[in-house]
Amino acid sequence: MRAVIALPLVWLGIFFLLPFVLVLAIALGTNAPDSVPPVALGLSFANFKLLFTDDLYLAAWLISLRIAATSTLVALLLGYPMAYAIARAAPARRPLLLMLVVLPFWTSVLIRIYAWMGLLARNGLLDQFLRWTGLAENPGTIIGTEWAIHLGIVYAYLPFMVLPLYATLEKLDTGLLEAAADLGARPLAAFLTVTLPLSLPGIVAGCLLVFIPSVGEFVIPDLLGGTETLMIGKVLWDEFFTNGDWPLASAVAICLLVLLLGPLALFQRQQARSLERRR
Amino acid sequence: MSDPIVRLEGLTKRFGAVAAVDGVDLDVVGGELFALLGGSGCGKTTLLRLLAGFETPDAGRILIDGKDMTGVPPHLRPVNMMFQSYALFPHMNVAENVGYGLRREGVAKSEAAVRVADALTQVQLTDFAQRRPAQLSGGQRQRVALARALVKRPRLLLLDEPLAALDRKLREGTRFELVRLQEELGLTFIMVTHDQEEAMSMATRLAVMEAGRIVQTGSPREVYERPASRFIADFIGHANILKVPGGRWIALRPEKIALFAARPDTAHAFAGRIVDIAYEGSRSLCRVALDDGRTILASMSDDAFHRGQNVWLGWAADAGHPLEA
Amino acid sequence: MRGRVRFAIAALGFGYAFLYLPLALVMIYSFNESRLVTVWSGFSTKWWSALLANEAMLSAAWLSIRIAVVSASTAAILGLAAGYALARAPAFPGRALFGGMVIAPMVMPEVVMGISMLLLFVGVDRMFGGPARGFLTIAIAHTTFAIAFVAIVVQARLADFDRSLEEAAMDLGATPWATFRTITLPLIAPAIGAGWLLAFTLSLDDLILTQFVAGAQSQTLPMRVYSSVRLGVDPQINVLATIIVVVAAGALIVSGWLTQRR
Repeated sequence: MRAVIALPLVWLGIFFLLPFVLVLAIALGTNAPDSVPPVALGLSFANFKLLFTDDLYLAAWLISLRIAATSTLVALLLGYPMAYAIARAAPARRPLLLMLVVLPFWTSVLIRIYAWMGLLARNGLLDQFLRWTGLAENPGTIIGTEWAIHLGIVYAYLPFMVLPLYATLEKLDTGLLEAAADLGARPLAAFLTVTLPLSLPGIVAGCLLVFIPSVGEFVIPDLLGGTETLMIGKVLWDEFFTNGDWPLASAVAICLLVLLLGPLALFQRQQARSLERRR
Repeated sequence: MSDPIVRLEGLTKRFGAVAAVDGVDLDVVGGELFALLGGSGCGKTTLLRLLAGFETPDAGRILIDGKDMTGVPPHLRPVNMMFQSYALFPHMNVAENVGYGLRREGVAKSEAAVRVADALTQVQLTDFAQRRPAQLSGGQRQRVALARALVKRPRLLLLDEPLAALDRKLREGTRFELVRLQEELGLTFIMVTHDQEEAMSMATRLAVMEAGRIVQTGSPREVYERPASRFIADFIGHANILKVPGGRWIALRPEKIALFAARPDTAHAFAGRIVDIAYEGSRSLCRVALDDGRTILASMSDDAFHRGQNVWLGWAADAGHPLEA
Repeated sequence: MRGRVRFAIAALGFGYAFLYLPLALVMIYSFNESRLVTVWSGFSTKWWSALLANEAMLSAAWLSIRIAVVSASTAAILGLAAGYALARAPAFPGRALFGGMVIAPMVMPEVVMGISMLLLFVGVDRMFGGPARGFLTIAIAHTTFAIAFVAIVVQARLADFDRSLEEAAMDLGATPWATFRTITLPLIAPAIGAGWLLAFTLSLDDLILTQFVAGAQSQTLPMRVYSSVRLGVDPQINVLATIIVVVAAGALIVSGWLTQRR
């Protein structure tokens, strides 16, 4: 058993944990554009200070958190009824219904976001649709706005929300709801007092699975967002690739990591607890 | 007496703060069909698993055939087990399941094939050799599990609630089959059950367990006629547990009590009223409320009396068995 | 009761429409005569022929497939070990940390993983003079995050596994290794296969992590798509999208079939 643990442990230790040590080391260094790599090692907190005092970066943090949170909420509001419907469907149909939810996830995210680009473009199909139904005379473009980013994140991460919700709802004993009804609870009350609390682990897992990666999203804001919406993932990318400022980019990474450590630990504990329950 | 095939010395196994098996001493002799009888949580299944090697004891020793097997892992013990759920390998057919143990031993394919065929004949499943477990009925699966264990010719076969998953009719037939096989092959069986009727009818010797301890060992007749404590008297069959003058307790079996219309000429005679009759086919069990307030169960083999009737109960002076606890 | 289910079904329908409408449109427009995605001007397969003649795209696709096979296979082995350890190992100090390390790559923002792995490879390159960023580094990066997905699938399968089958095997004389080889492994193989397929698909589609750790020479398919897409809508991408959707559907169906048969 020790060998079994050691194998992935060593791999992850080298390729996952060790790199973070390097990132921290670089983050504490200073930018040295002329050397290769362009870092002068040292012990400077200037990068971190910059990230938390400069208005531009502060705004990026807040926007990222805000967009991630809102998108997670929307994904929950859409994903919960979907998961509920699948869990209540006839057992024979469930695999197919699930497969239909998961298929987009197996398709390249890039392709899917690209698909939205066409839809949301100026005079794109969404535009045409809104004009045709008379909902808006001159909608302008959706693409390039925060709306588009939200749309993109919900679209990309919806399967991540539906699957854990489904897993929890599927295990729900319908006998409990029957007992609640027998004791006089009306359908809405039964849902709020029995189903919802019991599906909480699924809700937490789903929200974390959407929120955590969304904070650092890059592709979606890059392709669907505009230049005004600066998310922290893009900051990292720009600092690294466009400005060549490795220490600053590393500092962003470290800050992101620290920010997400809490949710990450929560998610890991969730997983462990759900495994214990199955045992 | 020949050396016991199994000797347990001071065997203890704890789960957290609870001792599932608490200082058990036991000898099982070769050729016995030994039953471990008790309610749920008494430790009988844990004891069986200790014997098989799936649990390691916290204290004590396990000797099999005179050799200390206490720390030995299950695949090295000369013991085989028939699981309550049968544990048939779903990805193998019947023949492959039965031959699994022989393959692990390295037995030559030709010899293994012969032994598997023999084992299947013994349990009357020869025509099912190519079927998968999912295609078998409960009773057939059990026979496969039995054949799989027997084909290895173990010194000792452990059976975990062998009849629990079967329906009533099948249970009786299987009961007979197991006893027949055990006698014919001269094997030693140790079986665990919560059904005292099963234990009484199948075992040559049995042990009653409670709270991790063995509270009585003996032949079925001994345990029935001379239970060691109130718990055992009550657990096995029906018993009236009465206090006699002098402060002692006795166990009085219903079939030792006779019903009379008038006061019988015996020292122990009591008047009462029949409040309920449970018809069992070969006899009826009458619940009699005595005038002194006690309730007695008496056995009646005909329709002599009916509900609501006033009766007299009488029994011989030595009909009750004094209990030590 | 009825009303609630009807609402849920409506939500499900809306959800599916939301998920599939964009993809359906892209697939339809791959047959569009004109370049535009806004106007349908007639049926044509010219973009299909164009893509299949596009050398750059094809070589990128080939590179991506090779990387995906290597990383999925490596991740399958490591993920099997990790999933087995998580499901079966008794509590040991650092178990929570181990569990966290296995699962974190799955949720972590790719930019964070990207920069950290790049720095690792740069550091190693400076210290040992190699390896150059390319096939190997991309495969390593993909393997690292794929382990989490395989581990979760394996762990879930083992949690449902009937342990009495393993006990029966040992009782019949199988050593722990023989038990794993003849009983456990055959029965969890479908789950491992499903995990492999998932890892393969994710590797094929990965962009951000790849962008960080790839060298100047290596262009994977997503990288090509990205650089093309930044410039606007490209009908050849529509064709590619259609192919990817069909391949993904096929992989998903196989995976589902693997995990359904018990």
